[in-house]
This record gives sequence, structure tokens and C-alpha cells, in this order.
Amino acid sequence: MDWLNAILQGTLLGGLYALFAAGLSLIFGVMRLVNIAHGDLIVLSAYVALSFGVSLGLNPLVALLLVVPSMALIGYALQRLILNRTMGEDLLPPLLVTFGLSVILQNVLLMGYSADPQNLQAGTIETASVNLGPVAVGVMPVLVFITAVVVIAALQWMFYRTALGRAFRATSDRQDVAQLMGLNRAHVFGLAMALSLAVTALAGVFLGIRTAFDPAAGGARLIFGFEAVIIGGLGNLWGTLAGGVILGVAQTLGAKIDPGYQILAGHIVFLIILALRPRGLFPRIDG
Amino acid sequence: MSPILELQGVKKAFGAVVVADDQSWSLQPGEALGVLGPNGAGKTSMFNLVTGTLSTDAGSIRLDGQDITGWSAAKRCRAGIARSFQVPQPFAHMTVFENAYVAATQGAGLSGRAAEAHCLDVLDRTGLVAKSNVQAGGLTLLERKRLELSRALCAKPRVILLDEIAGGLTEHECQSLIQTIRDVHATGVSIVWIEHVVHALLAVVSRLMVIDFGRKIAEGEPHAIMQSREVKEIYLGIEADA
Repeated sequence: MDWLNAILQGTLLGGLYALFAAGLSLIFGVMRLVNIAHGDLIVLSAYVALSFGVSLGLNPLVALLLVVPSMALIGYALQRLILNRTMGEDLLPPLLVTFGLSVILQNVLLMGYSADPQNLQAGTIETASVNLGPVAVGVMPVLVFITAVVVIAALQWMFYRTALGRAFRATSDRQDVAQLMGLNRAHVFGLAMALSLAVTALAGVFLGIRTAFDPAAGGARLIFGFEAVIIGGLGNLWGTLAGGVILGVAQTLGAKIDPGYQILAGHIVFLIILALRPRGLFPRIDG
Repeated sequence: MSPILELQGVKKAFGAVVVADDQSWSLQPGEALGVLGPNGAGKTSMFNLVTGTLSTDAGSIRLDGQDITGWSAAKRCRAGIARSFQVPQPFAHMTVFENAYVAATQGAGLSGRAAEAHCLDVLDRTGLVAKSNVQAGGLTLLERKRLELSRALCAKPRVILLDEIAGGLTEHECQSLIQTIRDVHATGVSIVWIEHVVHALLAVVSRLMVIDFGRKIAEGEPHAIMQSREVKEIYLGIEADA
């Protein structure tokens, strides 16, 4: 029964990892941008929620109503003012700029909030649980998992059923031709980053409620996000959710064997999948 | 009547290779202009300059009297310039309908039902409506060429640039494509058409222009141009003094 419990907890944890990964997957899919600062932007979202909580006395789950649009605005501005200037044939310049952004974000957070670990207090919902037959699961992890499923379903719908989604896919397919169809690349990229950071805002707040965070916490989140994207296969959002779940289950099973093995087990499973299926389990984007 | 599209003294060079050398020509509203010239003469580069994929070194390009020389490709498309590519460049991972829809929403600025209706109307005219839900990557050559035309039309252009759209087609396919282009022309869209398949060109255009080494070397009534020394030199290899 302990093992069943570990698998269930891991699956729910996978929802959080899928939220880490969805924004990363989205911007890579649309504009081939590898955002090294993604983890730090997740942590930034948690701090933004913390500030809203302190200044307005809001529960972090309520603060989401402010954090999500704030991060979306930051994303649009970031893309239009900085990243668009570096976008071109070469993948390296934007990658280096996001690396620099990562260093800057960490240090700005360190100056503003110190290195002390912080936590988002969501109240009694944090410890509430429900009994599912023989095992008990936390309400919060279930909420996170459901959010991840809803976010991915919404992104999937947006990609395949809306004008914006088709603009994203056209850009992803052939950027130069898309511009000849009247598509304003700078604006479309801005919208993609806004959407990516809106999802990141959810991920950051859920992270902050689940565990303590500090300005240096972004790196590990970036790695987990990358691993979930790559396990699931590039360009496949449902694959990203599956990747998150596989990573989460590997980690909780590893922790079950020995608490020290938690992170290691996740990385090992990732490496095995990368060795056997280099393009991930359910790849959709070629090359 | 003032021209819908006008180039004045347009120059473009890549190092020592000149693709447009002091090019000046214009297109009247509703006119169909054919462009001939050997491979490498700078015909496709001329289209790239007009659509904004390439920037000019000198000279100006005007659309309906407005100077568009400094405009982005996207802005020019929204202002009414659309093109088809010699080698079809569909969004391969999207359906035929979605390919058209991108042009209708982004280029023509339509949304919702109006965009869908416009796409279906265009696909009906270009004979692709039955293939609406097929992935563009799986189309045959003729269908891809028709998709190029459909996508350009979905952007509601005032000027459409066709780049060797009849090349590589069988005679039968070519005839049906000519009919489609004539229908498009009949709706009032101005056309500039680069083509090596001369009989296809002559079936539609009312004026011919010949380009070589980035320069306009002849221009005029199609049959007179076909009989001219410049065209014979280029296409038949006849020496100038022979």
C-alpha cells in the first residue's frame, strides 16, 4: 500500500512539474527559444505572490488573480523590449541573453528579499486531505494536478482551435512565410511569452505553497521542467504532462527506497529515456 | 490612372552580384503583367524586394501612391501585397484550411465566421475545398501550388505576385490552373506573374516585361515582345548581330 501511495503522490507531483514545463514547451515550440531564466521566472512569480500577500493581505491562491496578469505583462514586455532583439537564425544569442537574465533575476531577488527561505501561507487547505479508499491524498496536490490538466487542455485547445494558436503554429512551421501572410512576428512572440509566463505564475505560486523557496531555487525547477518536456517529446503538450508524471513518480519511488535518492532517481529515469528514445516518448516536432 | 504598384530606380546587390539594377516599372489597377527572363536574372529577388523579404539599397516602391519602401513584410501584406512561392512553402503541420485561415486572420484582418467564410470561398475557387482538412505536408505538387494561390488570395490582396506557379505541372494541370488565375484576375486583383511556361503567361497577361542581370531590358505588348531580339537572344541563344 505504501508503494501505491508513493505512485499516487508522484503522479500528483507530476502535475506541478508539468506546470513548470508547459511554459517552457510553449515558447520553444513557437519560437525555438530555450529560456534558461524559466526557473527563475517561476521563483519570481512566487515572490510576486509573496509581496501581494504581505502588502494586501491576500491568500496566495487569491493573489493568483493578480500574479497571473502581472507575469503575463512582464512576459510581453520582456519579449518585445529585450528578447525580440536577439531572435534570428542563430539559437545562441537568445539563449545567452536568458542566461544573463537568470543571473540578474537571482541577484535582484537576493537584494530585495534576502537569501532567507520564504513560504506562501495558503491556510488550512495546505494540510487538508481526502481519503481515496486505502490512501489519503492532500487537497492541494490534487488541486495542482487538476490545474495542470486544465491548463494543458486549454493550451491544446488554443493551439488547434483559435486564430492565435494557428498564428503560433504557422510561426513555428515557417517564420519567414508567416510574416508574408501579414503576421506581426514581434507581437506574436510577445503574446507567446505572455502566455508562457501566465502559466509560470501558476507554477510559481503552487511551488511556494508546497515548499520553501529562496532566490536560488530556480535552477532545479528549470531542470525538472526541461526533463518533463524532453521525456514527453518536444511540441507535445499532453506528452509534457506525461513527462511530468513520469518524473514525479520516479522521484517519489526513489525517495521510498531511500530519501537521499529522490532527485537522483528522477535524473536516472530521465537519462534512461533519453538513451532509449532520444526524441522523447511522444515527439511531435521534427528536428 | 495612377499605378497600383510602382518601382522607381530600385537597386539591390549582394556584394558584386547585382539582383536589381535601377529597376523602374509600374502596374496599373486590374492589370496582369508577365515577367520573363533567364534563371538568375533577378526575377524572384524582384518579388522579394516588393514583398519586403529583401530591403532595397536604393530607390522607392509605392503601393497605390503610398511609399512602402521601409515597411515590414507583414505590414505590406496587410496593405494588400501577397505572393506565391516558386517552391511551395506550406505550413506543413497545419491543414489546408488552417493555412488559409492564417492568411485570412493575419493578412486580411478577418475574424470568426467572416474569416471562415472567406477561406472556404477562396478554397472553393481554387479547387481545394475538398482537401480542407488534409495536412498541407501531404499534398501533391499541383495541390501545393493551388494552396500557395489560396493563401495569397485569403490575405485579400490588391496585388498578387505569382512566382512560376505553372512550373512543373502537366499540360492538363496547367490549363486548369490558368483558368483559376483568369478567374482571380476577373475579380479585379492586379497580377505580376513570373513564368517560364510562356503559353500559360500569354493566356492571361496583357503586357510583358523582360529582365536580365537585374535590369529591365524590354517591356510591351506580349506578342511583340516574344518576337523581339532580346527575348530571342535569351531563350534561343541567338547572337545579337547574327
